[in-house]
Amino acid sequence: MIIVNGKEFPWEEGMTVRRLLELKKYIYPRITVKINGQIVNEEEYDTKVINDGDNVQCIHLMAGG
Amino acid sequence: MILNEYKYELGTIERGYNNRSLYINLSDNTIKEKEVTQFMKDKFIGGKGFGLWYLWNAVTPETKWNDPENEIVIAHGPIAGITQYPGSGKSLVVTLSPLTHMPMDSNVGGYFGPYLKFSGFDALELQGKAEKDVIIFIDGNRGIVQIMESDVEEKDSHLLSEILTDRFAKNEEDKKNVSVVSTGSAADNTLIGLLNFSFYDIRRKAVRLKQAGRGGIGTVFRDKKIKALVVRFEGTKGNLNNPADQGKINKAGIKLHREICLLDDKQNRMRKIGTANIIEIMDQYDLLPTHNYKFGSHKDTYKISSDKFQARVTQGLPDGCWYGCSLSCAKAADDFIPETGPYKGQKVIVDGPEYENAAALGSNIGVFDRDAVLELNFYCDTYGIDTISFGTLTAFIMECYENGILDKEKTGGLELYFGNKEAALELIHQMARGEGFGKIAGLGIRRMKKIFIEEYGADADFLNDIGMEQKGLEYSEYLSKESLAQQGGYGLTNKGPQHDEAWLIFMDMVNNQIPTFEDKAEALHYFPMFRTWFGLMGLCKLPWNDIVPEDNKYTDEPAKIPEHVQNYVDLFNGITGKNIDKHELIRQSERVYNFQRIFNIRMGYGKRIHDRTPYRSMGPVTEEEYLSRQERYDNQLKELVGIDPEGMTTKEKIAALRKYREDQYEKLTDAVYQRRGWTMDGVPTIKKLKELDMDIPELIEVVEQHL
Ligand code: SF4
Repeated sequence: MIIVNGKEFPWEEGMTVRRLLELKKYIYPRITVKINGQIVNEEEYDTKVINDGDNVQCIHLMAGG
Repeated sequence: MILNEYKYELGTIERGYNNRSLYINLSDNTIKEKEVTQFMKDKFIGGKGFGLWYLWNAVTPETKWNDPENEIVIAHGPIAGITQYPGSGKSLVVTLSPLTHMPMDSNVGGYFGPYLKFSGFDALELQGKAEKDVIIFIDGNRGIVQIMESDVEEKDSHLLSEILTDRFAKNEEDKKNVSVVSTGSAADNTLIGLLNFSFYDIRRKAVRLKQAGRGGIGTVFRDKKIKALVVRFEGTKGNLNNPADQGKINKAGIKLHREICLLDDKQNRMRKIGTANIIEIMDQYDLLPTHNYKFGSHKDTYKISSDKFQARVTQGLPDGCWYGCSLSCAKAADDFIPETGPYKGQKVIVDGPEYENAAALGSNIGVFDRDAVLELNFYCDTYGIDTISFGTLTAFIMECYENGILDKEKTGGLELYFGNKEAALELIHQMARGEGFGKIAGLGIRRMKKIFIEEYGADADFLNDIGMEQKGLEYSEYLSKESLAQQGGYGLTNKGPQHDEAWLIFMDMVNNQIPTFEDKAEALHYFPMFRTWFGLMGLCKLPWNDIVPEDNKYTDEPAKIPEHVQNYVDLFNGITGKNIDKHELIRQSERVYNFQRIFNIRMGYGKRIHDRTPYRSMGPVTEEEYLSRQERYDNQLKELVGIDPEGMTTKEKIAALRKYREDQYEKLTDAVYQRRGWTMDGVPTIKKLKELDMDIPELIEVVEQHL
């Protein structure tokens, strides 16, 4: 289990940031991803692996509308 | 025939202000200048602040929207008219609204505001009522203001603005120096009339329109028998504001232009598709209102997704609605051919689509058809109808129709079920002609509810739950059910449920960044205050956060876009020579925001009871809605409410969830009022007014009666 935006979410072996965004259906183009407080650059989304128990934040930057 | 002419001394703008405004009374054709005092500049800054102050002085608590005393005030603001920083050409329009009976404000592009400023005036106040249709012309180069009888037969904005641009421009080259404010035939027959502000598009060689949409301002305009306002000013340059420090302004501008150039394609594609870029995103996050806000997504959304519109808007032409806006989101579909109505078969330009229009005229009424959305958009604009109110009230009608509250007999034959684009188009044409069911629909949801309850025996509770209006204004197009903060972003506003005060859905519902009531209240304090500031300055909101610096994510508060906030501080200081910081920026807004709240109270509204919202904005009203997201709601009952939904009927579950959500909204209201310095009944306290230097006797007098 991992924490995504403060809520529990099932973890899977080898889960990358890209995979998590797909599973969460987070398609918004301006998302800042942090794992345990560390920002992950977009170029690393395909390779950066999330570990069981990690605290992930997917911050959608939109105060707009 | 000229009814009155007034000659004035041309002047220069000093540090963003002309220090005078123009007053016109149409009952007796008075035209005069008024001084803009230091008091006004200190307390109200400009733009919407000036509009509210003039309106406050013009009306009494008894004044109705269609009394001659009501005014329409158009004002820009000290920053408006610069060309170095994107989004600096907005006008703010203020009037007593026929829908809400309170002050309404609307922020609009087009060239009128800046040209009014360059012509010598910080605001235009229109009071009284003419006997016959009039055109008001301001010649900003010769210093002449004229009121003339209108001889123009045309009644709709796309024609009116073209005819008057032709008439008042010296030649083709001069057309860019003319801006026309007008509305269309439906503003005569409905309470949801808007104003179109024009600008001449030199590449298309055509007049384009931007809308002051909300709250029926166009209806007031026609009630005063104004056919059009025209301003002509030749000689636009970037430094006409005579700023204290041009360098500061240039520096901020260059930085933002560079950001837009480098990052817009990666971020929001504002230059390519404009605000329509979020249609499919809202659908994916279950936030796109469909079928009168019952649901947040639909299987057919792909038919009105941004790429479908992108294929229709003219390529390679990023359009700005004022000089220097490199964000250029003002899209247009050229050579569009309507299939119905008086302009059937003619080639027209549709300004848009914008996100709101696609949602209001598309998904919310179940019309997943790009060209139907464009046709409704064209007719709304040229007839002078607010697209948001039209979409939301039509969605309400359609739900009533499908529930048997309305039928063909009551609608005069219109089969207004969801998705019937022909019926929606006929409804709009009826509004323009002032006929049939269109006349009833044009009264807005609040008045329709009363008619359906009193005359058709409809269930009042049901209509109050599904009628998406608050304070008399129709909701704009986001689903707020799963975001308590956004329920407050709609409900705890001054003018009604328009998202321009606060859009917190992602921060709240998706990011979970503001989990406590206090967090939400802080956001519902900061963002409404920050965004009010655009309206004091004559600025567009979009360049604030529809483009962000690359390193924004590393800042302390990414949602505020700190670098852009600093740009705004620099712009204000650069223009006026003052030395405010980001905290004083918020205080400037707070003064006007609290003033507007007190204005509402003075008009008999603006209290806690008026901040209540229809339950459809908070949660599932019907079994159909509950069952469509049953897993989500059942889980919430378990996890948040602490009851086991096993064995409960859907009705019982809806009731339990409702009790919980309504209670949450009340708690949020308490927290927000506290943060804003208001009583638990929503009244600004004297202590708060003192803190803001707004303890003006006439304001104290109003609040004292409610403390
Ligand atoms: S961002 Fe769009 S609406 Fe705002 S000023 Fe620029 S073109 Fe106009």
